[in-house]
Amino acid sequence: MKASIMITCLGDLLFPDVGVAMVRLLRRLGVTVDFPQGQTCCGMPLFNSGYHHDAALVAARTVRLFEGAEHVVVPSGSCAWMVKEEYPGLLKDDPALKAQALALAKKTYELSQFLVGVLGVTSIDSSFKGRVTYHDSCHLLRGLGESQSPRALLRGVKGCEVLDLPGSDECCGFGGSFSVRLPEVSSAILDKKLANVESTGADCLVACDAGCLMQMGGGLSRRGSRVRAVHLAQILEPEAGA
Amino acid sequence: MSDRQLKTPFPERAHAALGDAHLQEALTIATTKFIDLRKEAFADFPAGEALRDRARAIKEATLQGLDKHLERLADNIERLGGHVHWAATGDEARDIILRLCRDKGVRMAVKSKSMATEEIELNEALEAAGVKPIETDLGEYIIQLAHEKPSHIIAPAIHKTKGQVAELFSKELGGRFAADPEVLTAVARKELRQKFLEADMGITGANFAVAETGTIVLVTNEGNGRMVTSLPRIHVAVMGMEKVIPTMTDLMVFLAILARSATGQKLSSYTTLVRGPRQPGETEGPEELHLILMDNGRTRQIAGTLREALYCLRCGACLNVCPVYRQIGGHAYGYTYPGPIGILLTAMLKGTGSVKDLAHASSLCGACKDVCPVRIDIPRMLVELREHIDSEKIAPWGERVVFGLARRAMSSPGLWRLGAKLGRIAQRPFVRSGRLRGLPLLFGKWTRTRDLPPVAARTFSERWKELERP
Repeated sequence: MKASIMITCLGDLLFPDVGVAMVRLLRRLGVTVDFPQGQTCCGMPLFNSGYHHDAALVAARTVRLFEGAEHVVVPSGSCAWMVKEEYPGLLKDDPALKAQALALAKKTYELSQFLVGVLGVTSIDSSFKGRVTYHDSCHLLRGLGESQSPRALLRGVKGCEVLDLPGSDECCGFGGSFSVRLPEVSSAILDKKLANVESTGADCLVACDAGCLMQMGGGLSRRGSRVRAVHLAQILEPEAGA
Repeated sequence: MSDRQLKTPFPERAHAALGDAHLQEALTIATTKFIDLRKEAFADFPAGEALRDRARAIKEATLQGLDKHLERLADNIERLGGHVHWAATGDEARDIILRLCRDKGVRMAVKSKSMATEEIELNEALEAAGVKPIETDLGEYIIQLAHEKPSHIIAPAIHKTKGQVAELFSKELGGRFAADPEVLTAVARKELRQKFLEADMGITGANFAVAETGTIVLVTNEGNGRMVTSLPRIHVAVMGMEKVIPTMTDLMVFLAILARSATGQKLSSYTTLVRGPRQPGETEGPEELHLILMDNGRTRQIAGTLREALYCLRCGACLNVCPVYRQIGGHAYGYTYPGPIGILLTAMLKGTGSVKDLAHASSLCGACKDVCPVRIDIPRMLVELREHIDSEKIAPWGERVVFGLARRAMSSPGLWRLGAKLGRIAQRPFVRSGRLRGLPLLFGKWTRTRDLPPVAARTFSERWKELERP
């Protein structure tokens, strides 16, 4: 089995440890991993802000980069959703590109969905000592319809106690440019989320989206919380440096 | 909302709402309750999902032949002795009602809750014409006393705590009333009873109008709608043209999901079916019935980008689950229709330019689409509105420059690497124990309340070389 990593902009620049954990994890599961060179961003920030012409240029580039991939694995649900749900529409004016986009959409997976849905993994031989709680990222939950795979994987980790997060399906307030266009509203939404997180007594807050982790992690460290925001891959592959 | 208030930019209106402790308390209690009630109602209703699909399909199909359905509705209402008025704009709708008031010597009008009449600011127009409008829905009555506008589509006074209502009643009605909903309801009931009997005209909206029978349908909970439509000698219903549905069977589909979505009820306490004015031999009901079919920007969207917004049943479910609405309430949006669907309806009624800020008042979390009884894809339409704002160059030039630069960097790995390097240098003065704080400019909007991870010493791309050799 072969998989190409789509690292995403935040994964590349801000959370490279997540990418490293993901590579080690996939290799441990027998996957041959490669990393197509020249990756930047999926273009979702442009798309969500309405710059669709610009987003289409970025989408066309990304589609070509991953043309030869067998599977594409993404550490963020929102970027996977962008590729799967929006690329074909963005590239609809060029039939050849659209066909490529549809092919890419079909073989692109968010990490937990790849592990459970494609590799058929139900439990990973990992250990993590601590209590964790899981936040459902909006695009993974409502966009890609996924709430079970990450939880199942967490429950399979030795020593890891999974606690329910009240309002786990409520937005963390990130929303891409929303977080800086309306910082006060974004932060007020975040405050509610973090109060719920702290009420669980967890040591770690787990999510499958770098955007949410940036928002929630940034809020947690600002309020001096002892809770750490980590990516699912960092629990499943803790050696990689969480 | 008055133009004066709209001159305050949206972020400032949101800021004020966030700082209003009463509003925060009221919003949290009410929206949480609505969310839970809706969830329970659909959990107990296995047919719900299929009915939602069917309702959506009915709306889609009805819009395809809207003119045909409207004509059939008008024919049937006229056959029953009612009058149908066609209003191309809100102004026209208002003028029709004012003319009726003048011609029929109307001095007082009782109203049941109606967003369509809010849309055309009917109360202000009636008052200016010397007609006294009396809101008879409890929530509407409260905000009329407070000289405010509704802040929720179905719960107009959702922004007020019971303590605030007790204070308002004590001040406006004279007396000392306890902050007890039962006491306060009894007070309003007593005040309103006489008005129903005195009023010359009853004004309502319409949740639906059934073309095949000429039936106007009102979905309410307090019984006031029934009195408004039966006691005064004239009944006027104001309805957006998209609210027509073909058959009574269709009505059953909508009724099964509307109250469940709105309040978690299986059915609302009252479902009022109005079929024509008082008929010969009948002893009750209004002598005259007028239905105003209002366009006001709707029909041009049948083939437009906001088409799906025409499916809206006005249940308010998308407001309750919206993280933004739950923080700022309805008034901060600044227009008649608040919340996620309100942004789309405002764009429909007032043009895209009016929502250049509001189009961004969403994290695109998708909770609205999830609960919408007719599955309106609100996030997608918000993104399309943003696209329109961008292509019409309504967006601020500074923003367009930033996104232009972002696109260049995203299109060129060389620039991307250079950006990472420059970021690492530029961020140095702001790193505090491995986190960025107190960043300037645009980034300051982030770091005022949140830390930011720094650009990594080595990006993933830079680390790949060593990862490549396992």
